[in-house]
Amino acid sequence: MDVLDLTRLQFAVVTIYHYFFVPLSISLAAVAAGLEIAWLRTRRERYLDLTKFVGKLLIVTFAVGVVTGLVQEFQFGMGWSAFAKFYGDVFGPTLAIEGMLAFFLEATFLALWYFGWDRLPRLLHAATIVIVSLGTVLSAFIILAANSFMQNPIAYALDPTTGRARLTSFHELLLNKVNLAAFPHTLAGAAMVGGALLLAIAVWRLAAEPAHRTLARLGAWLMVAGGAMTALTGDHLGKVITEVQPMKMAAAEALYETTKGAPFSIVTTGPPFPSFSLDIPWLLSILAKGSPGATVQGLDDLQAQYAAQYGPGSYIPMIPVAFWTFRLMIGAGMLAAAIAAYYLWRTRKNRDAPTWLTRWLPLIPVLPAAANTLGWIFTETARQPWIAFGISKVADGISPGLTSGEVLASLIGFTVVYGVLAVAWFRVIRHVSRQPLHPAETPSEDSAEPAPVY
Amino acid sequence: MITFWFWIVVLAWVLFFVLEGFDFGVGVLEPLLGRDDHERGAIVRTIGPFWDGNEVWLVAAIGVTFAAFPAWYSALLSGLYLPMAGLLLLLAVRGVTLEFRGKGPDAAWRRRCDLFLALSSGAIVLLWGALLAVFVQGLALGPDGSVRGGGLSRSLDPILTPAAALGAAAALFAALLLGATFLALRTTGPVRRRARTLARWLGTGGAAVLVLAGIAMSSRLVLAAAAISLAAGMLARNGREALAFATTALAVAGAVVAVLTAHGHVVLPSTLNDSWSLTMTAAAATPTALTLLTEFGVVILPGVLAYQAFSYVVFRRRVASERVPS
Repeated sequence: MDVLDLTRLQFAVVTIYHYFFVPLSISLAAVAAGLEIAWLRTRRERYLDLTKFVGKLLIVTFAVGVVTGLVQEFQFGMGWSAFAKFYGDVFGPTLAIEGMLAFFLEATFLALWYFGWDRLPRLLHAATIVIVSLGTVLSAFIILAANSFMQNPIAYALDPTTGRARLTSFHELLLNKVNLAAFPHTLAGAAMVGGALLLAIAVWRLAAEPAHRTLARLGAWLMVAGGAMTALTGDHLGKVITEVQPMKMAAAEALYETTKGAPFSIVTTGPPFPSFSLDIPWLLSILAKGSPGATVQGLDDLQAQYAAQYGPGSYIPMIPVAFWTFRLMIGAGMLAAAIAAYYLWRTRKNRDAPTWLTRWLPLIPVLPAAANTLGWIFTETARQPWIAFGISKVADGISPGLTSGEVLASLIGFTVVYGVLAVAWFRVIRHVSRQPLHPAETPSEDSAEPAPVY
Repeated sequence: MITFWFWIVVLAWVLFFVLEGFDFGVGVLEPLLGRDDHERGAIVRTIGPFWDGNEVWLVAAIGVTFAAFPAWYSALLSGLYLPMAGLLLLLAVRGVTLEFRGKGPDAAWRRRCDLFLALSSGAIVLLWGALLAVFVQGLALGPDGSVRGGGLSRSLDPILTPAAALGAAAALFAALLLGATFLALRTTGPVRRRARTLARWLGTGGAAVLVLAGIAMSSRLVLAAAAISLAAGMLARNGREALAFATTALAVAGAVVAVLTAHGHVVLPSTLNDSWSLTMTAAAATPTALTLLTEFGVVILPGVLAYQAFSYVVFRRRVASERVPS
């Protein structure tokens, strides 16, 4: 592998890893805020216990999100300094404002909330977690705006003297139509994975803690609602992407020829296997353009068009990756939502879920987490060869002078350390979940948790 | 406008090094000043509510550097690729041990976290010290603002110099003094006693070394640092803990300002050719971006300072390190 591929791989590894913890933090913060408000309104002890429990999951997850998010802030300069310089005017302020506006809020108020149970008046205490939750959502919005620029560059002008992108309007940058479509889709995906974690833990601990029933059903509802929202918002996002990056949607279906009334295949096999395709007629046209008879542009036509527009070269992304990540994303997400809906049905009116279901449910977070990851792999790889669509290629963004030895060394370092962190995170989550929800002794003076803490 | 943003960048770095400086110092001192699990827990609790907010100043500092001076950000981070990657890994380990320590299964888990906390905190401080020395010394910047070279040595060589070693030693000393005075200020009981003693010995001992170094290098800055170190040591001895901490913090702030303004309008000197050095104007973003940053920064940053100050007020009570008789 050359230095470019290594640097891309490293970016993928650290970003995908970071993104396991981001949607969890977004949804757990919102759930903790909701539970604390429920406690304030009803004064039911069960809600207080669950708030504190979700708070522990949140703080452990948030910590990993913070330290891996820091890496993102540095990555653009370390590995992609040519891109950082070219695009610094657009991306720099976006990152800086995200840090100042959202990240500070999250970090400071999460600490105030977590350690402040006996230091702050109740309403102010509840306000701190609401602020954390708003901070996470704001963070997501601003970061997605930066990514949306790469998908659909707007609100910039190329400076004739420096050749760099110059920001022309920040609010236009934020209100990029890709962002307006991707933001709700991302939040819905976050709700699913957070809901899945709560469902998994609650079902696992249900026998020991009857109060977990509330959490299990809440988690399942989040998954079902999130699943419905991902479908609706995903449909809209698909249409926007067809408009701004027709190549991406053509790659998602491996549609080589421009087709009127294009079908969508559920599975396809090719050599070395016998050719087979299970198609749903007209579905691709509906997904892409909203009408069964609409014409969807094919890869070959788009390639010819881009070669004429941007010069010779291949503008076709990796087709099998685009094809399968897109399908598996939808499949994993919808399967997760269906399982959650089935759980809700079987546990209606205080019934118990069947044993086979509760035995397998603790594995449920794998599905929405996979869907989120596959979605991002699709979004980013099917934009290739562009780093910012139509204006800058990935190969032009890498830091000049960077050596493959350096990137290989850092890639190994990140992989090893991140692997250890994942194991530690899992062990802590497991241990925290095993603790009794309602502590027998009252918490000590200086801590939010029963002794021994720290 | 460019100068204004340069000073905002300096301010963000100063706040990062002062605020995280003390919690790095506390991290190194945790297994040394805490004799048992209970005392070590108390030490971690002094920074528990703060370290994360402090670390966001690094996000802010690097983010503002990127936003206001994209070429400076690009040259520093790509030219110092491996040290920066190492720093990020160490910060990851440290942040996670701080947060996971109290939530693991048993005492062995906590002991392992203590060890990783101290080692990673110490390594981070040493690395930052070396990096700050490189900020002053400069990098082998070519005409395009990039550092060329082969293999791992391209970005490792800059931190393997005598100046970088001095920077590392100075940073460790500063972080230990900050950490010791902070612990003396924030605890009661045996940890407070030990922290005071350590601050006293570090302050006076450090002053002696610094005086010799200052004379040898005939540097007024180093002699000033010696005077401050002595003052902090004496203040800690006399029980003026808040003043001892404030003095040390002020000295660290001064040192960071001195590093970042060492070459006036040159933000990063080239060691190859003076004309390839990166100047403030050449590194700056366009006026549009700076105006946008100003509009947001003027509103947001005072708010951040206010609510962070509020969190220090909420958690102002000292942490007890003595055992409560049961």
